[in-house]
Amino acid sequence: MPPVLINFAYLVASALFIVGLKGMSHPRTAVRGNALGAAGMFIAVVVTMLDRNIISYEMIFAGLVLGSAIGAILAVRIQMTAMPQMVALLNGFGGAASVLVAGAALVEAQVAGHGFTYQMTVATALSALIGGVTFFGSLVAFGKLQDLITGNAVVFPGQHLLNALVLLGSIALAAGVAIQPESIEIYWALVAVACVLGVLATIGIGGADMPVVISLLNSYSGLAASATGFVLQNNMLIIAGSLVGASGIILTQIMCKAMNRSLANVLFGGLGAAPVSSAKADDVYGGKVKSATAEEIGMLLESARRVIIVPGYGMAVSQAQHAVRTLARLLEAKGAEVLYAVHPVAGRMPGHMNVLLAEADVPYDALKEMDEINPMFPQSDVSIVIGANDVVNPVARTDPQSPIAGMPILDVDKSRTVVVIKRSLSPGFAGIPNPLFAADNTLMFFSDGQKAVNDLIAAVKEAS
Amino acid sequence: MEILVTALTIFVLAIFVGFEVITKVPPTLHTPLMSGSNAISGITLVGAILSSGTQHTTLTTALGFAAVVFATINVVGGFLVTNRMLAMFKRK
Repeated sequence: MPPVLINFAYLVASALFIVGLKGMSHPRTAVRGNALGAAGMFIAVVVTMLDRNIISYEMIFAGLVLGSAIGAILAVRIQMTAMPQMVALLNGFGGAASVLVAGAALVEAQVAGHGFTYQMTVATALSALIGGVTFFGSLVAFGKLQDLITGNAVVFPGQHLLNALVLLGSIALAAGVAIQPESIEIYWALVAVACVLGVLATIGIGGADMPVVISLLNSYSGLAASATGFVLQNNMLIIAGSLVGASGIILTQIMCKAMNRSLANVLFGGLGAAPVSSAKADDVYGGKVKSATAEEIGMLLESARRVIIVPGYGMAVSQAQHAVRTLARLLEAKGAEVLYAVHPVAGRMPGHMNVLLAEADVPYDALKEMDEINPMFPQSDVSIVIGANDVVNPVARTDPQSPIAGMPILDVDKSRTVVVIKRSLSPGFAGIPNPLFAADNTLMFFSDGQKAVNDLIAAVKEAS
Repeated sequence: MEILVTALTIFVLAIFVGFEVITKVPPTLHTPLMSGSNAISGITLVGAILSSGTQHTTLTTALGFAAVVFATINVVGGFLVTNRMLAMFKRK
């Protein structure tokens, strides 16, 4: 196939990626949008196979079959609660592919001996750097989310110094690749150091900051693909990669804003390593916490007209989303309006709660964003907080010294009664006590999330 | 140099398009957006196919093969899991 036709097909594929992403602007059109993106990819792959420089197809088909099998098994088997791990892993694989392709292109150019351009060598160095950081950063994120390694921030003395040295080292090696591309060893040294940098950069970030990390790695995987596009002088790679890079950056910004923290603070802050005590737990809770039984809460729910459910990561951990949906249906059958308040950083990745609730057949129009639901709390009879903590902590509004000061929160404390389902009074990720638990209008229901909701279902049935 | 400027032009314009398109995605679809855009970033597969099929040296073929596997997992896994998620989003 002549190169002109191939490039024309690449243009069609690029357009399909953009139209496909545009489809993501509404749940109604999103399935089609995703299919259009896949169609674009299919066209790109088929056309590439017709390139006249390809002399053997065995390895290509072997790789495609093996990769498709692994990808399909992952996609079908993965549980919705484990989606953050899945996306982390996929990000990482994208980064790894960029490293390998840029490396192969470097070797090829060396063998062919038709000289190097700076565009190629600089882009190759960037592919190695970004791709290596993405690959190992994602593996660490995967390990944390999958509980293979500690989910807490790992901090040690001299950490920032070490990170800075490794960063400087990788920049020096990247310059080496750009200036002296003939020495392929420098390239692999750069890849190795970039991988170490990826580990160091992610290991110091705690579990609840994962939404930021995954968004950022998502962006990196796109930028790595874009850099590879500069290496291969392939416009489609540049376009597709920069679309994903932009997407990841936007999500990163949204996540940081939702925590009222700068990106630098999330990446280097090491929050969640040691408990920060701005207020003593005893002072906040001492004698003021009221605990309630399922029967008492059941009576309350029985007569409620508007109930708002506030899910957090704890709901995912105890797999309570289906029970929550059953309870909501029961209350709706009694004439109550049931809404869901989703904080942008609830869960371990952007939109995590929405996917879990969609899995449990909760219609997406019942899921409300923070800005939309906050004015509705004062007119709600009962708010049920399940598995969320820091995102409903009123201290964010009142105490400028607090680590979560200024973070936008869900105003659950303004509803008539708040029911908090929680195992104990243990602090959330920020390591601070939550005065909401001791508020006059709060009832604590100490139990495991899923069991608690099932008990409430039984109690509501009993009460009627 | 001219090629570089052309490539940079495309890069910058595509970033702007990306910002315009992605800011319109509602928060409820942020997880499928990530997995779907992730599948698109598996476009490196195209480069991987060329590396593994042109057979310059054994090394490039091996690197290309590994890259094809990684990128295909990314593409196939990403699009399939996104489709699985999106199929669950329903109206009342």
